[in-house]
Amino acid sequence: MKYVIIGVGVAGMAAIEAIRSLDSSGEIILVGDDPYGFYSRPGLAYFLTGELHDKALFPRNAEDMRKLNFRYLTARVTRILRKDRSVELENQPAVAYDRLLVAVGAQAVPLEVPGADLEGVLKLDHMSDAKHILKHARRGKTAIVVGGGITALELVEGLRAHGVRVHYLLRGDRYWSNVLDEQESRIIERRLQEAGVTLHHRAEVIEIAGRGGRVSGVRLLNGQTLPCDLLAYAIGIRPRLDLAKQAGLALDRGILVNEYLQTNDPDIYAAGDVAQAYDPLSGRSVLDSLWTPARQQGQTAGLNMAGRKTAYIKAPPFNITRLAGLTTTIIGTVGRGRDEDLVGIARGDSETWRQLPDSMVAQTGFDVNRLRLLVGEQTLLGAIVMGDQKLSFPLQKLISGRVDISPIRERLLAPNAEVANIVADFWATRESQFRANLQ
Amino acid sequence: MTFFGLFRRDANKHTILASGQVVPDPERCVQCGICTYNCPIGIDVRSHAWRGEPVRHSQCLTCGECVMRCPRGVLRFEQTELFAKGEL
Repeated sequence: MKYVIIGVGVAGMAAIEAIRSLDSSGEIILVGDDPYGFYSRPGLAYFLTGELHDKALFPRNAEDMRKLNFRYLTARVTRILRKDRSVELENQPAVAYDRLLVAVGAQAVPLEVPGADLEGVLKLDHMSDAKHILKHARRGKTAIVVGGGITALELVEGLRAHGVRVHYLLRGDRYWSNVLDEQESRIIERRLQEAGVTLHHRAEVIEIAGRGGRVSGVRLLNGQTLPCDLLAYAIGIRPRLDLAKQAGLALDRGILVNEYLQTNDPDIYAAGDVAQAYDPLSGRSVLDSLWTPARQQGQTAGLNMAGRKTAYIKAPPFNITRLAGLTTTIIGTVGRGRDEDLVGIARGDSETWRQLPDSMVAQTGFDVNRLRLLVGEQTLLGAIVMGDQKLSFPLQKLISGRVDISPIRERLLAPNAEVANIVADFWATRESQFRANLQ
Repeated sequence: MTFFGLFRRDANKHTILASGQVVPDPERCVQCGICTYNCPIGIDVRSHAWRGEPVRHSQCLTCGECVMRCPRGVLRFEQTELFAKGEL
């Protein structure tokens, strides 16, 4: 059996491990166009802030790779030739496949305004972008950051960490409005201001001005102009669909795959940010841009490619991130609607977070320690935990396990309920009962 | 809290550290490597997190550096079976 995997992200690596767990002799070829190979994409944020060295971002050493026994080609795939069952490479001979995995991820939606091609206009997709940002941050004095979601804040924080003066522009009224509620957005905004970031609401860049080919300022929709040396943007990401489109695979906003991660061509699979995976529980096909689902999808695709039929069951989406230095866990369904600052999905985001929940909200805490629960008829549907993370582990288990919360539901929804204490007691009681049953 | 209480709290902390091991939750981990980068002994904590295995390493000091530095709360201390009866 000959396996070809396109894309050197976590989905591709997890697929290789899964294939090798079932098939020790089949030939595996990994093709990728990122010259840096496999590294932690979410870890780029910590590289930007200076918390770690770029060399620390690579989870696999040469020995680990050798053990998996695959061939790695740094090349751009130009076409998938379904009739020949091969992939065409730029400047290299084509490679044949029996089973193909497309795990090429997503990329930043480009900023389409005049001047976007000037030197000093920055995005954060790859390692090369992060290095480019750092090179500029050492020289830049003032930066403008545009966009919503997690990546925009990573840009803000990364630039601030290097002493760059930052203006953060939001088209909407508040930060990340389709996931966070108003109070949560304000907490983040206040912390950004305390860190020296200047916030501009309802501010939209319509033109980037340049001098000598470099960014010198921006013009806003309201007529205002702001001088700057750098402009960094993160207005959303889009699955990389060119190859799949050319190959005639079934698409929606991502490559459509069934619960076995199989496309409409039974020999071609897709996983990770590029895949729009069918969820048998909800009956919907959704995009995720999170590391853990990408890993799980890659693993499931690998098992299926090697002949073990395995369904991908989407767990309630779950992400932990640091927003303006505040650890924030987002579980299940928490938000709604659109965000003017994002075109499509944000990095580290799941569409499931924004499915309109039929639920009530219980919340507690002020400023840095805040907890918001989405309470369904019998289960917890979602939670946001900001600051103190003691409850994030129990909540993850209660939500993903769809635990019946009938014993505490009424108390949770009572006015001024001590939500955190009620959940903590409920969890502790369940745990002690579980332990007692074991003995 | 009394002086004695403070002392006892400190003793408890040492007992937990001495009898504990670092346990990862792989669902939270994005393999950024801050844990491995900050380990004073050079243990590859990240690879344990990928496999979802506790850091059972003879040289682990249970100093807590990786637990504290992880930006995503992947790592926590758990008491090992070996010392669970509290002989220490």
